[in-house]
Amino acid sequence: MRLAAENLALERGGVPVVAGLSAALEPGTITAIVGPNGAGKSSLLLGLAGLLAPAAGQVTLEGGDLADMPPRARAQAIGYLPQTPDIAWDVAAENLVALGRLPWRDRGTEEIEAALAALDLAALRQRPVSRLSGGERARVLLARVLAGTPRWILADEPLAALDLAHQLGLIAHLKACAGAGQGVVVVLHDLAHAMNHADRVLVLDRGALVADGAPETALAPEVIARVWGVSARWLGEPGARALQTGA
Amino acid sequence: MNRASLIFAALLAVLLPLSLLAGRMWIDPFASYGPANAALILAELRLPRAVLAVVIGAGLGASGAAMQGYLRNPLADPGLFGIAPMAALGAVASFWLGVSWALPVAALAGAGLGMAALALIAGRTASDAQGGAGGGIALFTLAGLMLASLAGALTALAITLAPNPFALSEIVMWLNGALTDRSWREVMIAAPLMGAGIAVLALAARSLDALTLGEEAARSLGVEPGRLLLLLVIGVGLTVGAGVAVAGIIGFVGLVVPHLVRPLTDRLPSSLLLPSALAGACLVLAADSLVRILPLVSELRLGISLSLIGAPFFGWLLVRMRRGRL
Repeated sequence: MRLAAENLALERGGVPVVAGLSAALEPGTITAIVGPNGAGKSSLLLGLAGLLAPAAGQVTLEGGDLADMPPRARAQAIGYLPQTPDIAWDVAAENLVALGRLPWRDRGTEEIEAALAALDLAALRQRPVSRLSGGERARVLLARVLAGTPRWILADEPLAALDLAHQLGLIAHLKACAGAGQGVVVVLHDLAHAMNHADRVLVLDRGALVADGAPETALAPEVIARVWGVSARWLGEPGARALQTGA
Repeated sequence: MNRASLIFAALLAVLLPLSLLAGRMWIDPFASYGPANAALILAELRLPRAVLAVVIGAGLGASGAAMQGYLRNPLADPGLFGIAPMAALGAVASFWLGVSWALPVAALAGAGLGMAALALIAGRTASDAQGGAGGGIALFTLAGLMLASLAGALTALAITLAPNPFALSEIVMWLNGALTDRSWREVMIAAPLMGAGIAVLALAARSLDALTLGEEAARSLGVEPGRLLLLLVIGVGLTVGAGVAVAGIIGFVGLVVPHLVRPLTDRLPSSLLLPSALAGACLVLAADSLVRILPLVSELRLGISLSLIGAPFFGWLLVRMRRGRL
């Protein structure tokens, strides 16, 4: 099920943040959205999730305009993970995960169990979120998205505020989702993660798509120099690259 | 029905008969010779008053739970929407115009006006959310506070410009909510509106659960902000408006009750609605029975006594929050 932006323009409070962007995303892969601060990455993700109405153009899911989809059907198809873990009440982990079933209006016991198991949360299920570590909380919030069994998972900087081990753990989970046929779109800050783990990278700069393709080409040193104003080069082998700056 | 609901339903079942027996004249259920007019006191004075206390307390408790869920804040109160002051303004206007017999209707009209104003603002807020303008819930709450201060100022103006001392004392007395001398007429006015209001809030319950994750995550789960806000405005408007129309302003119940209930539940807003309604009924019923039996020259007003309980509780809550235990 294809998720595509067609000549998409987005505004926030009347200020243009994304303009004339077209990209067709394929399920079963991980697409990374990268760019400098203020490039419009989070806005693009919101637009792709159908949570920010296009100022022009459209976002389509399997050819149908996302804006015309009933909110519930859209919620069943697209799971969105916001950047900041912003949890109002001190609920138990398993109750938080169960919120992922809201679009389905069922108990979804099987799906919730599967999500808890996939993120290795069985031992923490009864624990209130205030007593979870940052890494555990990030897993619970991703499990909430998985419990909704969406065909697309859109995550805004899911690796921020996680230590290295938890970053790699979460990436492994997202890869497993893509392997199972779900579409995964993540906003990433760390270019090395995008280079090593994404199947495709979209580079945004001031609201425009300036590079789009396999990581090796979309994140070529010339692109990094042009967009971030940093001279850098990639070290290491494909799949295990590191970025050397100031080279 | 969760555990908290069972606890407060049981408590209510104990409190209700006790409240019927309590008063200046105690009624002994086991005495073979009661006061000559015991049956009359029960049927025409105490029963309607007790039922009204239950109805108003249930409405305030449920709308408090819903407001805290909606604003994602344990310090929220149904008063934040400004509907109670608007209803009070309507009631005061009826004193001012010398048509105090039409007070409930005037108060409901005030509440309706407030709800209409909020619904208009709500429509804007929801489309702003979709357009990414931000502000959302916080902005809407500020609009409610604006409405509250406007109604408060107009009420104060009506007091200072009262046509005669009698109207003045009537207004001031009435603003401190009470259930004294209420009859079945008030029950007939308040109960259906309160029932409808709580039912509307129940429709919003699962959307409030989704808001636990934040506004954007809730929308990604299929929550429609405009619809949710409209349900809240109607639900809170009906419960609070009906309460003010028959009993004046009764504060703090909506703030205090969800806190008493929350630790007994899984803390999701949907699990809080029913037990908060039951606990609110218990609290208002108990407080109203208490003001009836206190040996004072004139009966302490219910609105005053609840605020006397509520304000220190609020302070304690703030201290607890500072310690990070909420």
